Order: sequence, then C-alpha cells, then structure tokens
Amino acid sequence: MAWRDDWRRVRAIAKKDVTTELRAKAGFNSVASLGVTILILLGLALGPDAEALRNAAVGAVWLATLFAGVLAFNRSFQVELESGALEPLLQYPGPRWTIFAGKLLGNLIFLTLMVTIVVAAGVVLFGVRIPDRWPSLLGVILLGVVGLVVLGTFYASMASRSRAREVLLPLLLFPMLVPVLLAATTASKALLGADVMHEAGAWIRLLVAYDLVFLIATFIAFEHVIEA
Amino acid sequence: MVNRQPDQAIVVSGLGKRFGTRWVLRGVSLDVMRGEAVGLMGPNGSGKSTVLRILGTLLNPNAGSGSVDGHDIVRDASSVRGKIGFLAHTPGLYDDLTARENLRFAADMLGLSHTVADGSLERVGLAHVADDRVRGFSAGMQRRLGLARLILRSPRVLLLDEPYSNLDNEGVELMNSVINDVVRSEGAALVALHELAPAKAMLDRTLTIVDGRIEAPR
Repeated sequence: MAWRDDWRRVRAIAKKDVTTELRAKAGFNSVASLGVTILILLGLALGPDAEALRNAAVGAVWLATLFAGVLAFNRSFQVELESGALEPLLQYPGPRWTIFAGKLLGNLIFLTLMVTIVVAAGVVLFGVRIPDRWPSLLGVILLGVVGLVVLGTFYASMASRSRAREVLLPLLLFPMLVPVLLAATTASKALLGADVMHEAGAWIRLLVAYDLVFLIATFIAFEHVIEA
Repeated sequence: MVNRQPDQAIVVSGLGKRFGTRWVLRGVSLDVMRGEAVGLMGPNGSGKSTVLRILGTLLNPNAGSGSVDGHDIVRDASSVRGKIGFLAHTPGLYDDLTARENLRFAADMLGLSHTVADGSLERVGLAHVADDRVRGFSAGMQRRLGLARLILRSPRVLLLDEPYSNLDNEGVELMNSVINDVVRSEGAALVALHELAPAKAMLDRTLTIVDGRIEAPR
C-alpha cells in the first residue's frame, strides 16, 4: 500500500527530527528559553499594572511563539545541512512531499511543546484568568500554531540552501504571517474577554481558511523548492 | 536523447553543468556496462563529484542527457533514486542519533524492517557501537556507517565519491567486497577517485576527467 509507505516515511522523519532536537543542547532548551525570556522582558517593560499585563498577555505570548518558532524552523533544516544529511534524505525513493510532511509534523510537535511552556509561563507571569471558553481558546492556539508551522517549514526549506538563511527566513516569513498572527491574537483576546462584539468566530474562520489554503499550496510547491 | 544499449547500466551523453557563469562540465560522455566497475580519476575541481551528483539526481544538468539502469536522470529521477547507492564525500549522518537509529531511520525511509538495518550494521563491523551516538565516531567509523546505509538500499548501480577516504585496510576490503557484490550481480559501479591504489584490483577501466572534459579512456 503506497499510502502506508508514505505515512511510514512521514512518521520516520518527524520522529527523527523531534529526537535530534530534544537531544541537541542547542535545540529545545534554547528555543523554550527564548520564548520565556521574551515574556519576562515584556512583563518587566509593562510594569506592575495587573490590568495592563493581562491586556498585553495575548500579544506577548504570540510574539514569543513567533520568535521561538523562527529559531525552531531554521534548526529543522540546519540539522540536515550540518553533516550533509539533506542529500541522502532527497535520495530516498518515494514522493518528495513526504519529506515536507515529515518536517511539518516534527515542527508541529516541537512547537506545540514549546507553546505549552510559553502559554503556561504567560498565564503565570501576566496573571491571566483561564476563561470558561478555554476549549475554543485552545483551538485558536492550535490553528495559529498550524499556520506558523506550515509557512515556517516551507520558507525554512526555501531558505535552507542559502548562505544567509538566518536572515532570509524572517524576511520571507514575517510578511506572510501577518494574517495568522492578527487573526490568532484578535481571536485569543476576544475569547479571554467577554467577546461582546462576537468577533472571535470571524477570526477563527479566517484562521481555518488561511491554514487550509497554505497547507495545500505549500505541499504543491515544496517539490519545486527542494528540487535540484 | 540517450541511445541506450540493454547492457549499459550508465549512459551519459554531452553532459554540461554550469554554476553561475562557470561551466564545470563541458560535454561529458561516458558509459558503464552491467558487470563493470569504472574509475573516474581527476584532480580536485575537475568535475568528478558533479558527474556523480547529476547521476544521483541531486543536480540537474544544463546540457546533455543521461540514464541509470534504463531510467532518464531528469524525467524519471524517482525511479533512478530507487536503483542507486550513492556515497558522497560527507557521511550525511545524524550526529545526535545512535548508529542503530541512523540505520533504522534509513530502513523506515526505504520500507525495510529494522532487522535488516541491524544486519547491515553487523556487516560493516559496527554492531559493538550500535547504541553509541554518531557524534563520537571517528571519520572511518562514519564512513562505515554510510556504507551500511548504502548496503540497505540493495543498489543496482553504485555511485561512489572518494569511497576509500578515512578507511583503514579492513574498511577498504569491506568497501571492495560491497562493490564486488553489486558488480557481480549484473550491477555497475562508477567510482570517483584521486588515488587509484586502493581500487586498482576492483576496476575494469578508468576514465580521466580534467577541467570538465573526459580526456581519454585507458
């Protein structure tokens, strides 16, 4: 069964990526530390005003997630390039989209772990009360993370063969992520408050549409980006 | 269009490759028959690795054409990848995985069982360090692990780039036995070298490439 072989390859790449990142000293620890450090610095900058801290919490968490995510996306292809492992990876038989899917799944697991830490730190540091509609908030966070990971993984693959990849990735990625961050931040803020304008639903629909469009587009484009 | 004979494992015709404005291959033509091991000799920067990388579907040529085991290297690259065993300069291993994990990853990518991966590790004499991380391996041990990964693929055609570098005498014998196994089973090998000695007994003939051109068959 071809799909079983494809799924096996996707799983193998994701497992390998998560294992290497968790074992590498420069991997998970540095990314999670960056996320938490950004939160602490923003918290210190905002001062002791509890209301101001709560209002800024959502933005701070997504900002920390964005910067830590960029570091993680760069790392995911750096691992392949460090010892020339990208070429053997490209030489395995089977469709190339499985490489993208494996990288995407690995980054999704990695960033979800990282976001769990950042959100927990955000709740504690910014004094955020968990809302009644927390499942919807969890859904928004997941949709936002999927959007970040889809575009981040794709642009990291595109930048991976460039010498200036650390600079190139944010330049390519940040403009494309504006709709994701806007929708995720606004929907999260609405769900944490009273959502009197009932705006969360519209932003969630935008997030779903954006994620779907770019998931399909990046799967189609990956083969051409990574091609010889 | 390549005019391929049934007993030709590798055919290359008028191959050209340009990096920026510099042509590193200028009309390279060669063939390797089934059951044949051919050495590709030449100084550093002569284009040996580029020929192998094009045949290994890692680079697209700017001119000319080629086929490996009957499959066009550009139009049918996916089929070519299923037939070749490519050993590059760099080992291409994951430093933070153990030797066993590296090979099991390769087995998963190839749709093979983990038992086959473990067997391959034994063949190259690394079973005793199977659970050690590759980061601590010497260059020769990494080369052997790369060879184990190559064996896993059961290749029809070997494309080897300086395969003897960093290998001790035992490693050289191992490499030669792998080449011999493939060639004797009607496969073929194209081996890029800058020193002939370790491969001399294995090779049926050598070609010399200088400045992107094949000079003269010996």
